[in-house]
Amino acid sequence: MNAALSLLRREIALAWGRGGGLMVTGGFFAGATLLLPLASGPEPERLAQVAPGAAWTVLALSALLGLERLFERDFEDGALDLMAHARLPLEAICALKCLGHWLATGAPLALLAPAAAIALGAPTSLAPLLFACALAGGLAFAFTGGIGAALSLGARRGGLLTAVIVLPLFVPPVIFGGGALDAFSSGLSWRAGFALLGAYAAAAVALGPLAMAAACRNALS
Amino acid sequence: MSLSLHIEDLALSRGGRRLFSGLRLDLAAGQACALTGANGSGKTSLLRAVAGLGAIDAGRIAFGETDVDLARSSGLHLLGHLDGLKGSRTAGEELDFWAGWQGGTPDGLKAAVSRLDLHRLLDLEVRRLSAGQRRRLALARLLAAPRPLWLLDEPLSPLDSHWRAAALSIMTDHLEQGGLILAAVHDPLPVAALTLEIRP
Repeated sequence: MNAALSLLRREIALAWGRGGGLMVTGGFFAGATLLLPLASGPEPERLAQVAPGAAWTVLALSALLGLERLFERDFEDGALDLMAHARLPLEAICALKCLGHWLATGAPLALLAPAAAIALGAPTSLAPLLFACALAGGLAFAFTGGIGAALSLGARRGGLLTAVIVLPLFVPPVIFGGGALDAFSSGLSWRAGFALLGAYAAAAVALGPLAMAAACRNALS
Repeated sequence: MSLSLHIEDLALSRGGRRLFSGLRLDLAAGQACALTGANGSGKTSLLRAVAGLGAIDAGRIAFGETDVDLARSSGLHLLGHLDGLKGSRTAGEELDFWAGWQGGTPDGLKAAVSRLDLHRLLDLEVRRLSAGQRRRLALARLLAAPRPLWLLDEPLSPLDSHWRAAALSIMTDHLEQGGLILAAVHDPLPVAALTLEIRP
């Protein structure tokens, strides 16, 4: 238990550490959101229509940023070898790493997402739902993203490979979350979309670590 | 935990090339074995295979009465040139983390810090340490979390003569307490009674 907590603390510290993991992710998120009005024109009505979807899409892309370093650094410097020599199974280690990644970058981004959507003209009443979607979606992004990060261990330009592996896995949560937000905006029931998003996140948390651990074992052997 | 190491007819290959086959070794509590052999002969691969990292082609690795998974999760230390220490964190943070991770106690940690004279280094970022200082930090983990089997990959190479002697005395103490050491070396290892040359 102590070991698990200390690993979680270390993961968060490393994600936040020098070079500013959150500053980079948050900066990317803010910058990419700003591009939308520049590209599609500043008409408020049009912007307000696409604002929630845009914030949601950029959130998914921002989740890709830190993934490359999730396993790669520990793999290259031998930390993953040493972590395997402990009571905690590799599956738990992978789950803790993803949880740390989510706490350090995904959860703070969930606070930024509603702010960005409102800045683009989305109604403020949408903020709670977007926050909840970003939290659950962030968890799904972190745990499915971890699968891609573990699978691309040892590959050259692993970050690019990670993105290519992971983007298809991001499709369902983007559809479910986007559906919920769209339904809310048009006054329909958003519960179905949100429930599906939650179910996908739960499945990712439950099954992702198994796949990550298998990929790590393969890379370590 | 007390364990012994038994390797029977082990065959390993890496990258499709057979490194060695039919390797046998029995190591009892209190014994050390020096692994010698040319560069690329498979010393590191053997240490990693004993630690459970990497597939084996044939043969068996056993730890006496102790269950293999238990021996690997809490009975051995692996020390190599990939030390798992993060350059951006301080030596103290890294030592704390690894000692806790491998089941060390605060008292053991204190004793390790003073034996390897790390007090003045604990506040430094790991990237500021010299290769020898880094190795001392890695060695401190072995003392902070007592485990019987030490798998050492060229443990003395970055150390100066003073710390080589200190490291050898640490190994001698470990053997006297019933520990086992399997070390890949290029120079003779005075504490090792056994030598195993690895060749194809």
